[in-house]
Amino acid sequence: MEKKTTYAQGILEAFEYLLGNHPEFFVIGQGLWSPWYVGSTMKDLDIKFGKERVIDCPISELATTGATVGAAICGYKPMIVHPRVDFMLLAVDQIVTQAAKWRHMFGGNAQAPATFRAIINRGGEQGAQHSQSLHSWFAHIPGLRVVMPYTAKDARDLMISSVLCNDPVMFMDDRWLYEKEEILGDIELIDLRTVKPQRIHEGSDVTIVGASYASMLCEQASDELREKQGITADFFDLRVLNPLNLDEIIESVTKTGRLVVADGDWSTCGIAGEVIAAVAEKMSFSQWKSNPVRITLPDAPAPTSKNLEAAYYLKKEQIISAVINSVK
Amino acid sequence: MNERLGDLADPSKFQGPLDISGLETSDLIHQLRKMVVIRKSEEKIADKIIDGAIQCPCHLAIGQEAVATAVASCLRKTDRVFGAHRSHSHFLAINEDIDSLFAEVLGKYDGCSHGMGGSMHIIDAKNGFLGSVPIVGATIPIATGAGLAAKLDKKGDIAVSYFGDGACEEGSFHESLNFASAHNLPVLFVCENNLFSSHLHIDLRQPSNTVARFAQAHNIDHQVVDGNDVAALSKALQTAVKHIRETSRPFFLEAITYRWRGHVGPSEDTDVGVKRTHDLVEWKKRDPIARLFHSLKDANAFTDADFEILKKDTDQKIKAAWEKAELADFPKEQFLLDVVYS
Repeated sequence: MEKKTTYAQGILEAFEYLLGNHPEFFVIGQGLWSPWYVGSTMKDLDIKFGKERVIDCPISELATTGATVGAAICGYKPMIVHPRVDFMLLAVDQIVTQAAKWRHMFGGNAQAPATFRAIINRGGEQGAQHSQSLHSWFAHIPGLRVVMPYTAKDARDLMISSVLCNDPVMFMDDRWLYEKEEILGDIELIDLRTVKPQRIHEGSDVTIVGASYASMLCEQASDELREKQGITADFFDLRVLNPLNLDEIIESVTKTGRLVVADGDWSTCGIAGEVIAAVAEKMSFSQWKSNPVRITLPDAPAPTSKNLEAAYYLKKEQIISAVINSVK
Repeated sequence: MNERLGDLADPSKFQGPLDISGLETSDLIHQLRKMVVIRKSEEKIADKIIDGAIQCPCHLAIGQEAVATAVASCLRKTDRVFGAHRSHSHFLAINEDIDSLFAEVLGKYDGCSHGMGGSMHIIDAKNGFLGSVPIVGATIPIATGAGLAAKLDKKGDIAVSYFGDGACEEGSFHESLNFASAHNLPVLFVCENNLFSSHLHIDLRQPSNTVARFAQAHNIDHQVVDGNDVAALSKALQTAVKHIRETSRPFFLEAITYRWRGHVGPSEDTDVGVKRTHDLVEWKKRDPIARLFHSLKDANAFTDADFEILKKDTDQKIKAAWEKAELADFPKEQFLLDVVYS
């Protein structure tokens, strides 16, 4: 039997590929010489490829992110690792106002192909300031590609695509997916500009859309709906949140007439609402068989206590009941 | 630590000719020419703002020309220079590309950023000027990263970060100095301390009027010089740039200067800030162009007639560049979406 690879190992393999094959790649970030920050996703890279290209750095999110952008402007394809999204916010100017606009404001005469790897690291009673994702914020920004892998294959291959892309990319991996296992096969080199949502299940009763960890819950819900309820879902994993290509999802909803979107972040101005709005713009009223539904976090910061955490984060049961309600 | 600038901040001092001994006359004449190009280009831009021809915000460096020409005279094309909001001088000092600056401030496709950037987003990548942006302090970490790239390239290139005294109040500045020093990055930090951040004098913003103390805190070699003295700047910079190339260590230059116009636009802004009306009269006597010219004249290296020819030739160039820019096309509407992504 072929060996299974985890999501975390997939990321490690991507790093090994990039460091081994692309001298223009280097990676910088807090804790890169310590498994405490980045789990097993960067294990021993500094030993294997040298501390000159795997750089641990001062506690300066802004300067190190800006330095990554500066090196990208000078011909490198560098990555900055932010072990938590929350701390990355200190560097938002460099991501949103500098890198994302660099090509456009210089009329195409320059580019800043930096990759901002942001690790979503939540749960375990970490509370309000150690739990954010905020992917929809970043997906709002023209010029900044936002990639959120769900599968281990995407974690590996789309990380490579993100780094090699000539645009700045926000690459967000979720620690809750690190143990997810798959048989990966060889690395597939994919031009990020061609990546669109992936249909993971094919079905006819409802269209389900997710991203990142929410896609795992969607897949589990879709499996259970098929097995226990006989409901088949067209299930899509978004993969790339910006620029958003919803053509196949729109086509799917015109057939199923039902749409359930799950997103592990807040509802207001979020990606779930964006998907629903974009689909709704292309549908006639008569094509809908039930109202579209979004399943998101409650409008509150992340709590600390176990019981509140259990109430706070998305569960597959929410997706199952939303689908059942929409089908009946 | 309670260091003060002393005489360097007193505009009634340092008004006389420069000590040009030990410097190449040809380089100084070259710098004089560049300063005149910068001065007259910006005067043209100021006039055209008043005319209403230019709409985008322009932050003029009239009075501060010497810093840019002295830095540029020490660089090579593979070095990486980043500017800020007041960077026409930095841009012109690199390659005197008046045509593309004028077209850019008019939002024309012939501009250095194809009309997408205006005065605040200028670039001349093939000559080493890798971009300027108006978010205060934003290019300091970017230039630091360019220094990291230069270090990895191992060719002895350096990065240059231009910023003002106001940017020294930003966190990005302190983070960048710490990082550049801790990681031995070949970065020349150039602070043009013109004593004002928009309307507010440095004494109302910082406990000292000199910012080199921050370099000292980060263990970075530094020097404070008269920023209106091309000779002093050139001497300091030649040594500094050589040192950076050889050691891959950062260097911090604080150049004390003064802008004759306001924070933004053509007016002199004598109604804002402290002591500006009186000081401006005095600072105009510390004119970097006049002081260099008189020094060269005293050394019999440049005559009144030479200076007149230089000014006249520059006027002609500027007139031609402006006419050309006015005739140039705007970017096509499709261009709006063409350059968002690769």
